[in-house]
Amino acid sequence: MTGLSVSNLSYSYGAKQALKDVSFDVPSGQFCALLGPNGAGKSTLFGLLTRLLTSTHGKISVTGHDMVRKPRLALAELGIVFQQTTLDLDLSVRQNLTYFAALHGISGKDATRRIDAALDKLSMLDRAGEKARALNGGHRRRTEIARALIHDPSVLLLDEPTVGLDAAARAAITRHVHELCDDGTTVLWATHLTDEVYPDDHLVILHRAQVLASGRCADICNETPLQEKFLSMTATPA
Amino acid sequence: MSPYLTSLFAIVMREALRFIHQRERFIAALVRPLVWLLVFAAGFRAALGLSIIPPYQTYITYETYIVPGLCGMIMLFNGMQSSLSLVYDREMGSMKLLLTSPLPRWWLLFCKLVGSTVISILQVYAFLAIAAAFGIPLPLAGYIAVLPALVVAGVMLGALGLVLSSFIKQLENFAGVMNFVIFPMFFLSSALYPLWKMAESSELLYSICAINPFTHAVELIRFALYLEFNGTALIWTLLAAIAFTALALWGYTPSRNGPGKKG
Repeated sequence: MTGLSVSNLSYSYGAKQALKDVSFDVPSGQFCALLGPNGAGKSTLFGLLTRLLTSTHGKISVTGHDMVRKPRLALAELGIVFQQTTLDLDLSVRQNLTYFAALHGISGKDATRRIDAALDKLSMLDRAGEKARALNGGHRRRTEIARALIHDPSVLLLDEPTVGLDAAARAAITRHVHELCDDGTTVLWATHLTDEVYPDDHLVILHRAQVLASGRCADICNETPLQEKFLSMTATPA
Repeated sequence: MSPYLTSLFAIVMREALRFIHQRERFIAALVRPLVWLLVFAAGFRAALGLSIIPPYQTYITYETYIVPGLCGMIMLFNGMQSSLSLVYDREMGSMKLLLTSPLPRWWLLFCKLVGSTVISILQVYAFLAIAAAFGIPLPLAGYIAVLPALVVAGVMLGALGLVLSSFIKQLENFAGVMNFVIFPMFFLSSALYPLWKMAESSELLYSICAINPFTHAVELIRFALYLEFNGTALIWTLLAAIAFTALALWGYTPSRNGPGKKG
């Protein structure tokens, strides 16, 4: 079954084409890395996948729900971690998660149970009472990932979630999110850092608004280190 | 609880928490009308003679006249403050969280509107309590009768805030909003002077004042405070509320790429 499917998607900001005929599928329970240099169109693609933007060209479906025809069903299946932090820094970790749960119609004991489970999964349960402002960058990110899991989404979208983190925090979060796929969650992870992609991951390389390659990372690289392969494929400036 | 009520409660509570956290905002919201009431009105009462006009049955002091206008001013500024918060939310990214919720967008915006209206009504009552302490007489039942009028006025001005937030792309542009929206709306209304006074000075200005929805919101509040019903003001304020809400919904549709553009 397909977790996330994008077909023939195009988008323009006036005369500037940000995405051109983009198509790829992410199988259910698979980690998919969306790799592209700055300006490749990753954030535009995220805008479209999360319905912050809409396009009349192309189709997006989340676990079979069409984003245009059934946006609420599609959004309900999505867990989203934006590039920019979206925590309310004046609220505690738990208050932030409770607010988000309510936006998905979850409240009371059910919300508490889900919040505890999500925080526990990201090893953040003992920090539930702390103000978001008091957390370091890595813990804020973990909180946001935990928040994105509260409603048990089938597909998790993360837009460059490790920006600004140190190497240890980056590696830990990358590993955590890879492990989420073991439970059947489909992950789309946008990045421009090749060391966050594992050989067995599904890989989509986006460059100058177009998909250059889509498939298993090890197959695309064919023994060449990913960094080298990526640089050679994206040698023309974005 | 239904998902709709759960989200409504959460959004209103978040607005309330944010308001409580920003103590300076609450103090500023109270001090601003009090300065007008205690300083401006004291200076102006000698210069401005008021005749008996509905809903007043007798001669009134200038302080008494401007109380409904200052209630309107609190709501006008609160609507703008909510709008500012929305633009800030968009710049900080937390607006994305709201707009990617699976609940209908119109409902989420309605929840924001309810939150903003509740906060502004609480501020108005705090102001009325202080005004009463300074000896501004109002009929006791007027404090209850004014509530529906405050709801309608609050929704209208909150919706105006939503419209502005959907069109304003950066926080820096808010100075322009103050100059071109708030001040003209406030000064070209019956908040500080009765419209017949304005008609004596300029017919054109009088006509502008007469179609200004803020004038009607203030008159709706004024009549309700004195236990009278002003049907014209209610219809005008409701029509403006509907128009602003429709514009806000349009402004926030994803195909317009308004609030999500910076993503």
